[in-house]
Amino acid sequence: MSIAPAATSPLLQVNDLSLHYQTRQGEARAVDGVSFALQPNEAMVVLGESGCGKSSLARALLRLLPRNVAHYSGAVHFEGRDLMPLGEEDFRATVRWQRMSMVMQAAMNALNPVVRVREQVAEPLRIHSQWSREKALARVRETFGLVGLAPDVLDRYPFELSGGMRQRVVLAMALVTAPPLVILDEPTSALDVLTQAAIINVLKRIKREQDISFILITHDVATSSEIADRVALMYAGQIVECSPARDFFHAPRHPYAQLLMASVPRLRQPEAPGAIPGTPPSLLALPSGCRFADRCPQRFARCDQPPPTFHLDGSTVRCWRFAPEGAP
Amino acid sequence: MSQTPPRTPLLEAEDLHTWFELRRFGFVRIGHVRAVDGVDFALYPGESAAFVGESGCGKSTLARTLLGLHPPTRGQVRIEGRPLLSRMGRKARLEHCARIGFVQQDPYGALPPFMSIRQILSEPLRIHGTTSRSEREARIQQALTEVNLRPAADFLPKFPHMLSGGQQQRVVIARALLLAPALLIADEPVSMLDASVRVEVLRLLRNVQRERQLSLAFITHDLSTVRHFADRIFVMYAGKIVESAPVDALLDTPHHPYTRALIDAIADVDADNALSERAIPTGEPPSLVHPPTGCRFHPRCPEFMAGICDVQVPTMQPVAHQHAAACHLYDKPKEP
Repeated sequence: MSIAPAATSPLLQVNDLSLHYQTRQGEARAVDGVSFALQPNEAMVVLGESGCGKSSLARALLRLLPRNVAHYSGAVHFEGRDLMPLGEEDFRATVRWQRMSMVMQAAMNALNPVVRVREQVAEPLRIHSQWSREKALARVRETFGLVGLAPDVLDRYPFELSGGMRQRVVLAMALVTAPPLVILDEPTSALDVLTQAAIINVLKRIKREQDISFILITHDVATSSEIADRVALMYAGQIVECSPARDFFHAPRHPYAQLLMASVPRLRQPEAPGAIPGTPPSLLALPSGCRFADRCPQRFARCDQPPPTFHLDGSTVRCWRFAPEGAP
Repeated sequence: MSQTPPRTPLLEAEDLHTWFELRRFGFVRIGHVRAVDGVDFALYPGESAAFVGESGCGKSTLARTLLGLHPPTRGQVRIEGRPLLSRMGRKARLEHCARIGFVQQDPYGALPPFMSIRQILSEPLRIHGTTSRSEREARIQQALTEVNLRPAADFLPKFPHMLSGGQQQRVVIARALLLAPALLIADEPVSMLDASVRVEVLRLLRNVQRERQLSLAFITHDLSTVRHFADRIFVMYAGKIVESAPVDALLDTPHHPYTRALIDAIADVDADNALSERAIPTGEPPSLVHPPTGCRFHPRCPEFMAGICDVQVPTMQPVAHQHAAACHLYDKPKEP
């Protein structure tokens, strides 16, 4: 499976990436043949319900794998380099947090309560880059400015900070090494509406001012529209649609995308939101055909076969409805 | 609700305060967390009201006070005109409990993992004196059917972990409805659920509320869903209600600057959102131990008037039909 070549060379090109976990009940196919390309200074949102494999995708990219991996394969090209043959030590020394960092889900609750935040934010520089304390601290101060934290926060402990401030600290931690790609896993979902909007504003400003790409993982469609250039929708371990933001939000193609968009409550519109019937399949026992078929209102005979990914001007859709005429 | 309004309220809070004492070394009193600090409202039979606010504004404490789980520091809660007392006899307490159903925020935490759905749902019936096994079974089946867990018999022997999050939350709702309450209190009933399931559960709550003519007090931080699931909104900030209005009036013509900020912060899905930043008030919600003087929103308020907002505590005043706000912008003009 390949993706049509874009005008500029992509920052990140992922082909047929899979990550399966071994569990007592069998093999859970959390990421199952995911392909996409990310351009420099692009923000891609990975949308999906919980359990669709979106956090596992982030882990697979950053190679933060748990012990029970059953199967990990595919091709990841990043900055023109094939990452898969790299050994763990090479990957740690040259890629992870140097060129690609991550804001983990609920990381703001995982800050060490007995270490001042400046030391925690400086840690990646001290460990990955062996910077001196002074040099690292200067860079931390600069990063704090970037995420909108006052310099006096440097000397504080995490428990003295509010949720929004802690989230900014965690964001600073991911940005401190100035990587060209930051993966954000649900960076705003534990925050209040106003704090959420403030964090999103920070992300927008950083993306405008710096040459940085984001992969934002979320289940919140409304928030995702604040920053997305492109949206990849995941369902049961696969990307079922990947489209430019405008197409995805205003004319989604995949039946699941259409139902999802109709289920988003809208503050300013009178229509009541719709619901998606049924529940997603278990990753342990995936159906042999299209994984959404059981919940799909547009199901037809062909859906018993697994659909390949179809390319249509700028989008990819994994649905038989979009099979070209006359195709087998 | 646009019915004739001469009824007595089903649920009333009058000058309600719930403070928690802060102590050092277990006995030196060093202050209070004023989680609920002077709340007045009335909820009429068959009305669905949403209490909206950010975390730490006291909305969950309000729910727990209304349930009688926290004794109010000052003020009173009345249910069907009868005051809720912190000490009640067993019979009075049981009666009170049967009038109120509670839908918890987190279904995973609200359902005991080692009890089957049948056991979970029999318990309230047994405590409230339904001794006949077959009658209990019939009522449980009826409750499960009402929350769309069909066929009900399939779910009875299951344990909570065998159900999806949405199904678990339906069991929680079924449990809240078992004793045929007049009032349902739901604390963030869908915030732990997936987006696609949320709408279904909210719709279910709304349908049940309408069919049974229940009053529903529903606590949420998410303004975007309230239009379709509530009749009235109370906006809370730092322990106080700052604005109250019918849902459309509040969302279409918000009066309090805080409500306006909340509404402005919510995006409706649009690819153009990515092109601009949202204007939002700076700062963070205040400490409930030392709340700001005067209006509690004044340090963040774009309409701040020095000498008024930081001195006088605003009171709720009518700004339109059935619409009130606690803000000095709407103080009566001095001219005749």
